[in-house]
Amino acid sequence: MIRFALAGNPNSGKTTLFNVLTGSTAHTGNWPGVTVDRKDGLYKKCAEPISIVDLPGIYSLSPYTPEEVISRNYILDERPDLVINIVDATNLERNLYLTTQLLEIDVPVVVALNMMDALEKNGDHIDVEVLEEKLGVPVVEVSALKGTGLDKLMNRAYEACKKPRPAVTVLENSALRHLIGDVKIALQSQNVPHALFHAVKLIELDELEVGAHKNLLPMVEDFKKTFSDDVFGTDFEAVIADARYAYITANYSSAVHKHPHEATELTPSEKADRVLTHKWFGLPLFFLILFGVFHLTFSENFLYLASIFPSFGDWCEKMSATTVGSIFFAEGLNSPGAILFYALDVAMGYLGDWATAGMESLGASAWAVGLVCDGVLGGVFAVLSFIPQIMVLFLLFSILEDTGYMARVAFILDKILRKFGVSGRAFMPMIMGFGCSVPAIANTRTLADEKERIATIRVIPFFSCGAKVPILTAISGGIVMAFGIGNADLITYGMYLFGMVVAAVTLLLMRSTTLKGEIPPFVMELPTYHAPRFKNLMRLLWDKAEHFIKKAFTIVLASTIVIWFMSNFGWDWKMVSSMNDSILASIGKLIQPLFTPLGFGSQLGTYGWVFAVAAITGLIAKENVVSTFFTIACALSSVIMAGTAVGIPESVMLEVQAMLASGEGSESGALEAVAMIAATGVTIPALISFIMFNMTTVPCFAAVAAAKAELKQGTFKWTFLFWVATSYVVAAVTYLVGTWWWTVFPALGALALAVVYALILSKEKKKTK
Amino acid sequence: MQKKLCDFAIGETGKVTNVLSSGAEGVKIRRRLFDMGVTPGASVTLKKRAPLGDPIEITLRGYQLTLRKKEAKMVVVEVEQ
Repeated sequence: MIRFALAGNPNSGKTTLFNVLTGSTAHTGNWPGVTVDRKDGLYKKCAEPISIVDLPGIYSLSPYTPEEVISRNYILDERPDLVINIVDATNLERNLYLTTQLLEIDVPVVVALNMMDALEKNGDHIDVEVLEEKLGVPVVEVSALKGTGLDKLMNRAYEACKKPRPAVTVLENSALRHLIGDVKIALQSQNVPHALFHAVKLIELDELEVGAHKNLLPMVEDFKKTFSDDVFGTDFEAVIADARYAYITANYSSAVHKHPHEATELTPSEKADRVLTHKWFGLPLFFLILFGVFHLTFSENFLYLASIFPSFGDWCEKMSATTVGSIFFAEGLNSPGAILFYALDVAMGYLGDWATAGMESLGASAWAVGLVCDGVLGGVFAVLSFIPQIMVLFLLFSILEDTGYMARVAFILDKILRKFGVSGRAFMPMIMGFGCSVPAIANTRTLADEKERIATIRVIPFFSCGAKVPILTAISGGIVMAFGIGNADLITYGMYLFGMVVAAVTLLLMRSTTLKGEIPPFVMELPTYHAPRFKNLMRLLWDKAEHFIKKAFTIVLASTIVIWFMSNFGWDWKMVSSMNDSILASIGKLIQPLFTPLGFGSQLGTYGWVFAVAAITGLIAKENVVSTFFTIACALSSVIMAGTAVGIPESVMLEVQAMLASGEGSESGALEAVAMIAATGVTIPALISFIMFNMTTVPCFAAVAAAKAELKQGTFKWTFLFWVATSYVVAAVTYLVGTWWWTVFPALGALALAVVYALILSKEKKKTK
Repeated sequence: MQKKLCDFAIGETGKVTNVLSSGAEGVKIRRRLFDMGVTPGASVTLKKRAPLGDPIEITLRGYQLTLRKKEAKMVVVEVEQ
């Protein structure tokens, strides 16, 4: 089949073009480097089907970051039939720099001139015919966003791919032309394909090239002796880069007609930047926006209206008593995220009731009702009910990314992140971690420095992902209900913050010990702001929702059934009367002692193994933790009902009872957590320690697989160990300090020692430099 | 007058005359700067500094680029009067 590759600068609209050509839903954003792996799709409107490959964005074919190597190798080694070079018209000079390099490869090229509409809005114009004549390859004006010019682009590309195009170079007129010619002939005699391209790169002393063609190096060295440039001497790399840009400036200015602008006139993007990256307001605004994102997603007291107007709060509480009211009101007005959450919760409540009633009327046996209602529906609903909030969180982060604000955040925070040994660029994968660790880990490919990349991958799980939200809300809700202290929202925010602190401390430690190294450079494009593109966002959101729904009905469904089975059956494959004799209990009891220093191990008595089991099922998918609680709670209902002894208010226990009778999980998972507290008598410090353990431990299967794919074998092993060790230490310290307050002194002492040690090491590093 | 880009005042404009480098890491960064269009002859303007003073934001070849002072130190610029 015919294959076309899409190549171009980061953020030039390649993925948007790819999506409209192939009808795919790949993630796009206004951040250089969203695409980090190649993606394939099919275009069917030509005479024959064409396979389209979307490559990561590159500024040049001298690769600098891992994802740039992917693009270069694909074009050179996989030999596509044609390269569609997508060029951002608003940024022609820099984009054509890559074009001049692509033309040196023996492959047909078509230039897709994108974003002409944006250019024309500024009153500028590009003469496409002049450009086409100068480049010697077809140039087609397109708008990837609006989908215009695509048929023309593909038809011309289809024509062009049928005839071979000999490589040409713009260095024909430079002082190096003779050397390029000689090296090219030498390479051709060795049957090296793309001889011209390799010749130029060898002369640039590109690392990959020098390794591949050592025997030709003397030729370059000999030439150096006879050559001297006025500015660069014998620095050929500089001479070539200079010659390319000089050629572009000299030749393409005739194609561009700039509208004369007042020098003082600010573009809308510059106006926005005046506020958003303002010297004084920039940082506070960032924290406000971040808070706003979480507030919009989780708050049950939207804009604090109920606190500002107490009478409104009272009214809200009254309203929340009804079914419809409970969707919109709690202590106050619900945030959009919370409204969606409760709406789905109410809907699933009805579904659960119907299922139970339906099965009972059909005369299903008790164990079948148990399996379907407790095992299957309970577990799957527990996961599905969090999808609205995960989606809202994801949507808000995507909007920030799509507008171009995230790149500014890297700019604002670079100096802070540098203190922890990473560059501002590392911020993006970290913040993506709040959504899901899997794409976040893949996104680290935009980081050029290997050590920075490893360190970033390791701390990504500490940025609590969407699937960990249930653990946070369930346990903090459970603490508030069972012990009547604190505020669930505050505990949740606190845990998020705590995760970030752990990330900061471990980053600092790693970067000054095992992953010691220079702080990587920070050279990054700041894209022009644009309004978020609704169609793109919806596509992206649907993709994400699909991912979670699939997960709920596959991994989570399977594991809840397994857990239900294991908690209701003994080793003799018969249903057990007491859960304490079940398979799950025996496994739990075996590993339980491991968690004793963390507060949820052997000290918890007969049913203490539930936390050990939940922690283990969380390794499959973090959503499992709360659904495991639910499944166990159902099986333990008689024990839980006796739980008033540990001081849980009777009204709360009645709610738990009602939940267990209804056969479906509670809205925030809090009642399941209360049930666990009642069954085990676990303490608050141990519960907080349990949250911390789950937040910082080995992430879910999918994220571990992503990390394994990104890291070398040895590094991956250490990364795995790092997660185990960090979570163990963090949870143990949390428990110890929470239980015996005076242990805060040795704990703080140890932390201070570690930080001082790290600082001394990094100082020494500077001295030896 | 020649000046290093890191010593620019906000709003100052000039033409790049050279990009210096030292050490293996320096060569890599310089290549990146070349790729991004920071080559001799390019006109650069210092737009602003980040809220904490570093990195800086410059305009060149019609787009915005951010880089640290440390990297800006490598760029020699002939200041326009």
